[in-house]
Amino acid sequence: MGGYIWLIVVLPLVGAVVNGLLGERLPKPLVYFAALGSTGLSFILAVVAFMELVSLPPASRVMVNNVYDWITAGNLNVEASFLLDPLSGLWMLVVTGVGFVIHLYSVGYMSHDKTYWKFFTYLNLFMFSMLMLVMGGNYLLMFIGWEGVGLCSYLLIGYDYHRNAAAVAGKKAFVMNRIGDFGFILAIMLIFVNFGTVDYHSVFSHAEKLPVGGMTVTAITLLLFLGATGKSAQIPLFTWLPDAMEGPTPVSALIHAATMVTAGVYMVCRSAPLFNMAPTAMTTVAVIGCATALFAATIGLFQKDIKRVLAYSTVSQLGYMFMACGVGAYVAAAFHVMTHAFFKACLFLGSGSVIHAMGGEQNMEKMGALKKHMPQTYWTFLISTLAIAGIFPFAGFFSKDEILADTFGSGHLVLWGVAAVAAGLTAFYMFRLVFLTFHGESRVDHEVEHHLHESPFIMTLPLIILAFLATVGGFLGMPLLEGANVLHNFLGPVFAGAHGASAHAEAAHNVGEEVGLMVFSLAVAIVGIFVAHHFFIKDKPAAERIQKKYSGIHGLIYNKYYVDEIYDFLFTRPIVVFSREVLHKVVDVQIIDGFVNGTGSFFAGLSRFAKRFQSGFVRDYAFTMVLAFVLIAGYYLFGGK
Amino acid sequence: MFPILSTITFIPLVGVLAILMVNGKKEGLIRMITLATGVVDFIVSIGVYTGFDPASHQMQFVERVPWIPSFGAEYYLGVDGISLFMVLLTTFTCVLCYLSTWTAVEKNVKEFNIAMLVLQTAMIGVFCALDFVLFYVFWEMMLIPMYLLIGVWGGKRRIYATVKFFVYTMAGSVLMLFAILALYYEYHAATGVYTFDILKYYSLGMNKTLQLWLFLCFFVAFAIKVPVWPFHTWLPDAHVEAPTAGSVILAGILLKMGTYGFLRFSLPIFPDASISAAWWISGIAIIGIIYGALVAMAQEDVKKLVAYSSVSHLGFVVLGTFAFNLRGIEGGILQMINHGISTGALFLAVGILYERRHTRDISEYGGITKVMPKFAVVFMIVTLSSIGLPLTNGFIGEFLILLGVFESNVTYAVLASTGVILGAVYMLWMFQRVMFGEVTNEKNKNLPDLNKRELAYMLPLVALVFILGVYPNPVIKRLEPSVKNLVAIVNKAKNGTAVVGESVLRPTADSGARSGEVVALSVGNQTVNSGKRD
Repeated sequence: MGGYIWLIVVLPLVGAVVNGLLGERLPKPLVYFAALGSTGLSFILAVVAFMELVSLPPASRVMVNNVYDWITAGNLNVEASFLLDPLSGLWMLVVTGVGFVIHLYSVGYMSHDKTYWKFFTYLNLFMFSMLMLVMGGNYLLMFIGWEGVGLCSYLLIGYDYHRNAAAVAGKKAFVMNRIGDFGFILAIMLIFVNFGTVDYHSVFSHAEKLPVGGMTVTAITLLLFLGATGKSAQIPLFTWLPDAMEGPTPVSALIHAATMVTAGVYMVCRSAPLFNMAPTAMTTVAVIGCATALFAATIGLFQKDIKRVLAYSTVSQLGYMFMACGVGAYVAAAFHVMTHAFFKACLFLGSGSVIHAMGGEQNMEKMGALKKHMPQTYWTFLISTLAIAGIFPFAGFFSKDEILADTFGSGHLVLWGVAAVAAGLTAFYMFRLVFLTFHGESRVDHEVEHHLHESPFIMTLPLIILAFLATVGGFLGMPLLEGANVLHNFLGPVFAGAHGASAHAEAAHNVGEEVGLMVFSLAVAIVGIFVAHHFFIKDKPAAERIQKKYSGIHGLIYNKYYVDEIYDFLFTRPIVVFSREVLHKVVDVQIIDGFVNGTGSFFAGLSRFAKRFQSGFVRDYAFTMVLAFVLIAGYYLFGGK
Repeated sequence: MFPILSTITFIPLVGVLAILMVNGKKEGLIRMITLATGVVDFIVSIGVYTGFDPASHQMQFVERVPWIPSFGAEYYLGVDGISLFMVLLTTFTCVLCYLSTWTAVEKNVKEFNIAMLVLQTAMIGVFCALDFVLFYVFWEMMLIPMYLLIGVWGGKRRIYATVKFFVYTMAGSVLMLFAILALYYEYHAATGVYTFDILKYYSLGMNKTLQLWLFLCFFVAFAIKVPVWPFHTWLPDAHVEAPTAGSVILAGILLKMGTYGFLRFSLPIFPDASISAAWWISGIAIIGIIYGALVAMAQEDVKKLVAYSSVSHLGFVVLGTFAFNLRGIEGGILQMINHGISTGALFLAVGILYERRHTRDISEYGGITKVMPKFAVVFMIVTLSSIGLPLTNGFIGEFLILLGVFESNVTYAVLASTGVILGAVYMLWMFQRVMFGEVTNEKNKNLPDLNKRELAYMLPLVALVFILGVYPNPVIKRLEPSVKNLVAIVNKAKNGTAVVGESVLRPTADSGARSGEVVALSVGNQTVNSGKRD
């Protein structure tokens, strides 16, 4: 049973290998066939596997597919095995489904690109790595996928390698991720040393025997979370994600919004049995998540680049997901991952459609009134914006509400308050984006204005599919009605085995409270939208007045609180300067080599000195002999006793 | 039984004989002979792999004949799991090297090829020799061709680099020779037998003080070869001045002589000393890892950067070795193989750039991806394997080392892991500056992409990067019995029980209790003995 699961993972790799080796010579349709065919087939198999999984009784929904022994060293045995359970199943469907849709979109978006085959190679390679991350049956396989997606992210951000900004952003992403991976790999080692295995199920069953809140489990989970902050762009390792927007827009949609950046959330959810035993780690996760949600939302308020706003919004939404994990609401986190994949992918692809029409322009100050030129893009974009703002009945409403309700219900009132404020900010900056881009008067350059056009069908179809999902996707997690929350019933068993009280946070609140919270979060969102409407449609001068009045704060936020500059000042520069000026120029060249060369010149000098006695003149030798004779004779005569 | 190890060792010398008979102007023929010799040698060495019994830790394919019976020196060859892969790495790397020099070396082609082939014999000999005298002969035999390779075919500062290389290495060799002789007499004092059989010394229990001194002599010799910080400063100079093939051999194989020496001599012969020295050796290994990476980051010269990265990578090997456990040592050996592949490939890649532009300055490049797309892919894969990306060969070794070290000392593992971050920084930064961006330098606008010959020597390396990354178990399986045996030897010393081996020569349980006087006495005996022999 499930012996074909490995194919879901490996098929995209086949596409990548074919296009990587032959893509340059293959005709275009065949490149598309290899890329879309392999991911499409992978999606179909994923659906089949998912159906098979659902057909099993809820308590035994686990399918394992062992392929071969990867590393065997002593009692360390790491199998290449794939695991399908409700948690990995959900991610599997999102990755293959959204991934396929974005492949479709890329056919249109990359149509003018000369090395499109390379783009699809990377995209397929990414799908392979991401599926490996999600479906690998142990921590080390997750790590393969984890580093693999990091690599693909690096390659795809730097896809336009001849632009220096892209190349630098790619490297930054990789290095920041590596800092996180440092935590992850240490966590894996700690797991192995303590439990003698890296296989999920064995690890969790061993871990149960440890004391709750103990050092070991706290260290493991905190290190894992360090990995998550890198991959999922949380404080303090979030600064790479906005820069990652240098990559082509389909990449931003797939990797930096819908799938890869949620890997950290997956990791925390997967390790829920460990996290539940480490209250300190849980609190850390929740607080970091909540802080990131607010922090990133504020930066999103004033950005001018359409993709950067979406990037900060992604950071902020990821913060929500971690906050949910931190209060034990794993189902809500997973739910938000899913809905976020739909609406954020749609938003990015929509922004790509806009950028495509604008001939590469990303500055919103040069947009406006695009609604009439590109209606399909506008409507799908608006739907997704409503979803992310948390307006009923779009998908984001349900998932965000569940997170807020669970946070409230578990007694984390401060976190809840901060998250609610962030939700209001989200509604504000997202509608600011919509108003600046699609509404108001046009600020488009004249030359560009003539070329404005709706994108081709192959690009709008994915928008429509995703907008549809962003509309209905929320009903999978229908609140209030017992038994109607399909997602909860489906995912619940994965987290049920975990002990610790926080796992049950979700069931804690009553109906009246829940309705009240819903109304409140809806109200917050609507206020945000109204404020945006006031400043960017009704009374634009007011926005500029306020901006001038508080130019200091505005500058601080607009410049992203100078976090990049601070990191540069504190870490990057000192390390580079210290390495070059001290380690290399002083320690290596002066001290060590100075010693080595000094030894050499010491003996050379000694020889030069000794050389003088070998002058070749007989009189010198005679003089030396006489001198020696006199000295020896003198010694015995006078100094002997 | 067919003497396969002798065959592998001496096939290159047969090639040398053939070349000697050819007119030096027929450069094409000379290159073909060298390549053919290398290929035949590699093919024969595959026989060692296929015929190797993976379940045994014993020496295999043993050849043993008396050589100088009056001294107890023997012609004694054999391989175990540890040396097996070093031999294979040597024969494999040499083929690629020979192929890489066709256009890189244009003067004194005949002499160059002879030097390379002699070097190959010496390197294989070092890994197969199980007799101290034989080992030392091969060890010193490596030095001369390498000296010539850098000194004759090197860059501008080649004389400085060669002298530095030679003096550093000789300093180590002399100490080792002294230690070998001291061991020889100590063994005789204990058993009344004169022998240079290396394996016999595994069961020679010495008192701890003597062990420590002799251990230190060996350590310096090996530490210089590795090179362990702070004995590393010959390496960047040697690499920068050496011709590409020289750098590849140097990084790919010669550096492993040091770490191989730790495994073959230091740990099993001086287990007590190894254990007592482990803390500071681990310390300088960690310094090497971080220091090498930081200094690599500061380099403006591509070759120097790769050279310093070797200091960092081999720091991992030393750290793993001195963790004295299965995974640490296995990871160390894997890392030795992987470093040979990845860094060898990196030097070849740098050589490809150098042949086209005759500069190694990073700032002279930029945007090369655009003009050399095939090269970019190969270079990228090699870079990724060097920074240890999972599913490439680099990951397995690094991970097992860190895991092994973690099992023995968490702090060391955490510190060493930072090297993994830094590795990504300096490699990707270099890659970005060389390969990405616009082509700003006019001279780079029309560089030709890889030709068939260049692909022919890069692709096997790329293939190995993935094969070892995806399916490392055939290698680990063959290492495991030998490594387990080694770990057992060290651990028995750690636990203070009797020495391992077929025959226990001298109890070591009370070795700590032996007083300094006894040492002096036994040393005195040796002098007397040696006097008599003369």
